[in-house]
Amino acid sequence: MTQPSVDEVWSWLAAIPDPEIPVISIVDLGIIRDVQWLDDTLEVTVTPTYSGCPATSIINMEIETALRVKGIENLSLKRQIAPPWTTDWLSDAGKAKLESYGIAPPKAAGGPDRCPHCESSSVEKISQFGSTPCKAQWRCTDCLEPFDYFKCI
Amino acid sequence: MSVPGLIRMGDNTLVLGQRVSEWCGHAPALEEDIALANTALDLIGQTQLWLGLAAEREGKGRTADTLAYHRDAWDFRNLLLVEQPNQDFGVTMMRQFLFDSWHLEALTTLAEHDDTEISAIAQKSVKEVTYHRERSSDTVIALGEGTEESHARMQAALDRLWPYVGEMFSTDGDDLTDMAALRPAFDTYLETVLTEATLVRPHSDFAHMGGKTGARHTEHLGHMLATMQVLPRSYPDATW
Repeated sequence: MTQPSVDEVWSWLAAIPDPEIPVISIVDLGIIRDVQWLDDTLEVTVTPTYSGCPATSIINMEIETALRVKGIENLSLKRQIAPPWTTDWLSDAGKAKLESYGIAPPKAAGGPDRCPHCESSSVEKISQFGSTPCKAQWRCTDCLEPFDYFKCI
Repeated sequence: MSVPGLIRMGDNTLVLGQRVSEWCGHAPALEEDIALANTALDLIGQTQLWLGLAAEREGKGRTADTLAYHRDAWDFRNLLLVEQPNQDFGVTMMRQFLFDSWHLEALTTLAEHDDTEISAIAQKSVKEVTYHRERSSDTVIALGEGTEESHARMQAALDRLWPYVGEMFSTDGDDLTDMAALRPAFDTYLETVLTEATLVRPHSDFAHMGGKTGARHTEHLGHMLATMQVLPRSYPDATW
C-alpha cells in the first residue's frame, strides 16, 4: 500500500472521540503531539492529560484500533511527558464543543466565567475535583444547576 | 546514581496514594470522596513515572509494579509521615496538607533539575500537586476556623503529625535535591495557612526519622503493604 500522508493520519485521529468526553476528539484535546513516518513505521506521540488518568491506556488502544482499520501495519505509540500537557492546547473548536455539551471550558482566571446552561455569570465552586481528574465541580446560583468545569492547567 | 532518590519520590507517592485511596466510598461527603480518590489517582500516576524510571535505570529487569508489589517494608524509602494511618478526616487532611506543602516545594525545585527525565516528571507533577495543596490548605483553614469540635480535632491532628515533619527536610546524598534547603519556603507557607486556620504550630521540633533511609519504619507500613500486596503476592502471574 502507498504510505498515507501525515495530514491524512491527523484527519483520522481527529475522528477519535475522547473516551470520557466523547463530544471532543483526542486531537481537540491537544494530546497528540506529533505524527511522523520513520521509514515504514508510523510514530504517533501522545502526552497524558493527568499522570494517573485511566483514560490514557484506553486512548492508546483506540488510536491503535483506528489506525489498524486504515491499514497501518507498523505503528509505534510514543509517550511524551515533557513539556507537560496544558489546557492551552485544547482547540477553540474543542472549547466550544465542551460548552455546548454542558462543560464549562478552562479559563486562565481559574474558574468558569459563566454557566454553560443559562450563561449567567453568578457561579460558585463546589469542589476542586470532579468526575474525572481534568474537571472540577461548580454550580450556577441563578439556574441552580451544578456543572463540570474543565480545570485550567 | 539517581535510583535511590527516584525510589524515595515514588515510594512517597505510592504509600500516600494507597492510604488516601482507603477513603474511597467512606468519605464524609460525596465531593470529598471524589476529591480524595482523584488525589490518590494523581499520586499513583506519579508513582508509575518515578518507579518506572527507577526500574529502568536500575537495569535489573524490574518494573514499577515489581517495585510496588514485591518489596518488603524494610525496602521502602518513603517518609514516615505518609504511612501514618488515616484516623479521622481531620488527620487525613492535615497529613495531606503537610505533605503537599513539602511536595510542591520539592517538585518545583526538581522541575529545574539538570537530568531531563527527572525534570519532566517533576514538571508534570507540579501541575497536579498545585491543586492538591490548594485543596488541602482550604480544608485545613475551613476546619481549623470551623466549629469548636473541628478546631480541636485539627489542632490535635497537627500535634500528632508534627513529629513527622522534620524527616521531610533531612537530607543525604541519595536525595535528588537538597531537601533541607526547602524548609524556609515550607515554614513561610505553613505559617500563612496555620494563622488563617487559627491553629498553633507545636513548639518542639523533635523529629522521628528512619522512613526515607529504611532504618526504621513505623509498624503501620507493614499492615498497609499486606493489604496492598496480597493479590500480586498470592498470584504472581495474575492478569485481568
